[in-house]
Amino acid sequence: MRSIENFDLYAPRLIDKGEYLAAGHTACAGCGEALAARLVMKALGKDTVISCATGCLEITTSRFPTTAWEVPWIHVAFENAAAVASGVEAGLKALRRKGRIPDRDIKSVSMAGDGGTADIGLQALSGAMERGHNMFHVCFDNEAYMNTGIQRSSQTPFGAWSTTSPPGEVSFGQRTWKKNIPEIMVAHNVSYVATVCPSYPLDLIRKVEKARKVKGPAYIHCLAVCPTGWRMDSSLTIRVGRLALETGVFPLYEVENGKYRITVDMPKPLRPVQDYLKPQGRFRHLTPDKIEEIQARVNLECKKLMNKVENLPSWPEL
Amino acid sequence: MAEATWREIEPGNVVRTPGSTKEYHTGGWRSLRPVWDNSKCIKCGICYVYCPEGCISQDKEGFFMANLDYCKGCGICAQECWPGAIEMVEEG
Amino acid sequence: MAKRNRIGMEVALAAAEAVGMCNVDVAAVYPITPQSHIAEHLSDLVADGKTDTEYVTVESEHSSMSVCIGASATGARAYTATCSQGLMLMHELLPIASAMRLPIVMSVANRPVNAPLNILSDHSDIMPQRDSGWIVIFSENGQEVIDLTLMAYRIAEDKDVMLPVIIGIDGFILTHMVEPMEFPDQKEIDAFLPPYTPYATLHPDKPLTMGAFAMPDFFPQMMKAKDMALLNSKKTILKIWDEWGKQFGRQYRPVETYRTEGAEVILVTMGSMSETAELGVDELRAKGVPAGLAKIRLWRPFPSDELKAAARGARVLAVMDRAVSCGRSGGPVFTDVKAAFYSEERRPVIVNYVMGLGGVDVTVGDFVKMGAEASKAKKENYEFYGVME
Repeated sequence: MRSIENFDLYAPRLIDKGEYLAAGHTACAGCGEALAARLVMKALGKDTVISCATGCLEITTSRFPTTAWEVPWIHVAFENAAAVASGVEAGLKALRRKGRIPDRDIKSVSMAGDGGTADIGLQALSGAMERGHNMFHVCFDNEAYMNTGIQRSSQTPFGAWSTTSPPGEVSFGQRTWKKNIPEIMVAHNVSYVATVCPSYPLDLIRKVEKARKVKGPAYIHCLAVCPTGWRMDSSLTIRVGRLALETGVFPLYEVENGKYRITVDMPKPLRPVQDYLKPQGRFRHLTPDKIEEIQARVNLECKKLMNKVENLPSWPEL
Repeated sequence: MAEATWREIEPGNVVRTPGSTKEYHTGGWRSLRPVWDNSKCIKCGICYVYCPEGCISQDKEGFFMANLDYCKGCGICAQECWPGAIEMVEEG
Repeated sequence: MAKRNRIGMEVALAAAEAVGMCNVDVAAVYPITPQSHIAEHLSDLVADGKTDTEYVTVESEHSSMSVCIGASATGARAYTATCSQGLMLMHELLPIASAMRLPIVMSVANRPVNAPLNILSDHSDIMPQRDSGWIVIFSENGQEVIDLTLMAYRIAEDKDVMLPVIIGIDGFILTHMVEPMEFPDQKEIDAFLPPYTPYATLHPDKPLTMGAFAMPDFFPQMMKAKDMALLNSKKTILKIWDEWGKQFGRQYRPVETYRTEGAEVILVTMGSMSETAELGVDELRAKGVPAGLAKIRLWRPFPSDELKAAARGARVLAVMDRAVSCGRSGGPVFTDVKAAFYSEERRPVIVNYVMGLGGVDVTVGDFVKMGAEASKAKKENYEFYGVME
């Protein structure tokens, strides 16, 4: 392998070296969400106001009287990050129009976990996106209510262990399939919807930059691998995120004005879903027939996605 | 963290010190720490990108090291390093 | 003082007009009877460019308060209005707004809370918000709604206050009345209400964090600071009310009295019922019952001193509650009034009438009956007036 001469030659062109989330935060070792937030902030830069929901990201970064955030940041409650961000957007818009703050583009961004996005936060998100505010929402999906102790959410995968969907004598774990929030966002006519994963940092940063440029609502769904909740070694965060893509469990795509595009190629054929499930303790109890069920569903979801990629034109073209 | 009387706390409990979590050294958490073998390092920067703490930085020659005040020893950098230049060693 | 034109207008529309005069930056209002006319008229004013306001048509009251918090945190002047179930839905956020010292103003068209559903008027929606840390001011008639709304931001945004304010407007029996009222000139309001200069804002030039979580090392101090802020706000509220009184000739006080000199029985009321009670007091006096009236205008921070001063010399206080506080044999106002007198050497007999629930019309005759009965009271009593046994 030829050595790459000097990181400094490439990094400024590839990744902003600014750090907007300071170290010293109390996220678990190997936290995929902390890494994802760090990379999202690199893409956003300093002219951002973050409205954050209660959750892992909020708790680990804002213990009074300290804060990890190097940008303006507000936490209000669990279910209203998107609503607060829409208020921030409306406030900044009014202040700018009335000349009370300099006429400079400042982006309002809401951040929430899967609970604060897909469950308790769904209403606020739906309302904010429907109203057309110039803001976007990032969902850090670690697939359970991790902060309160790994309870299931609508994003917990089928068959997964969680403290409120534990396998037992009469249960095999989570009984429902993941609710497709990106598709719900597309149904809200959001012009830019994308899935990201910190295992693919350049793809993540490019998409966040794109979302930032949209003059209206945008939505980013980020897979946040959680070693603590998913019961795996803290060093495997990036690897498992990569396996999620390679098995088709979490494809990376973007939807621009209704046009679906895969942004990181998945292997053909996909790796068996077993490769993704194996390193994670939360799937350890699954029987072969349950794994087959999961494989069938993953295949179906990928087919559905590819069908959209191949057949749906963008809305302006319709 | 300093104590404060009720009069001293900022109205609205606002925190005006961005990045002040740095005063808490999470390095005390780890039981393993990353050690770079610079003879193998290709200076790609992947370890810097993947660190959840953002505590990996370059030295004057362009090689990488973790800030041990904050490194939690998660092992992601060692796991992801392409040429296998990073080894996790036990804290003595 | 300039002679002004009095116009007849529905009180809810007047409330919206008053908000329109305050250079509000962001309004997030979700409709709920009987507040909806405020929401609608305000959006008319915005649509016609009569006020330069971002009107956010939120999808629920929880979001309307969330939007106000987000906007206020950026330094924008924020407004909302609600009542009943909407206020209950916002309940989670009220202590947040006051702890974060955000000077949001909210009109509450006091309406009962479910169950059962009732769209008319009582105070059961505002009572669960007692401990929220907001300043709560009750209005009696349309002119007061205009005046108190116009003063609300001046109070809320004062550096010695920095707290959100609720103006209570009894649903239907006040919101939907057409009354003769006068508006100050826009120039006078612009002079009275300076631009909002927040103590902290969300802006990248000076990044800060709002809403950090607190452990026991800081939390109790923060709670004391919040309570002290509300208690200390009273002197500024009085100062601003005095200023308004001098400029516009209408003086507001935490407790306003009517014929309390020499009164043996004093009715204690809050909200629109106060006007009717005044007529009741006149009739009682005419009948030879030495009655008087103490009208609580400032509900929070609770005006214990002013109440005690108003009631001095009375043998009996008859406290009217337009809400029930289940399980303690006494309405919310009754309980706070009793508490105010606890440390006094001479305490009046305090009796409680829970009345006017669910929009029941409380008439002059009702006040005469209650006043006459109360004047003979020998000990504490808790009664649901007008409820058949």
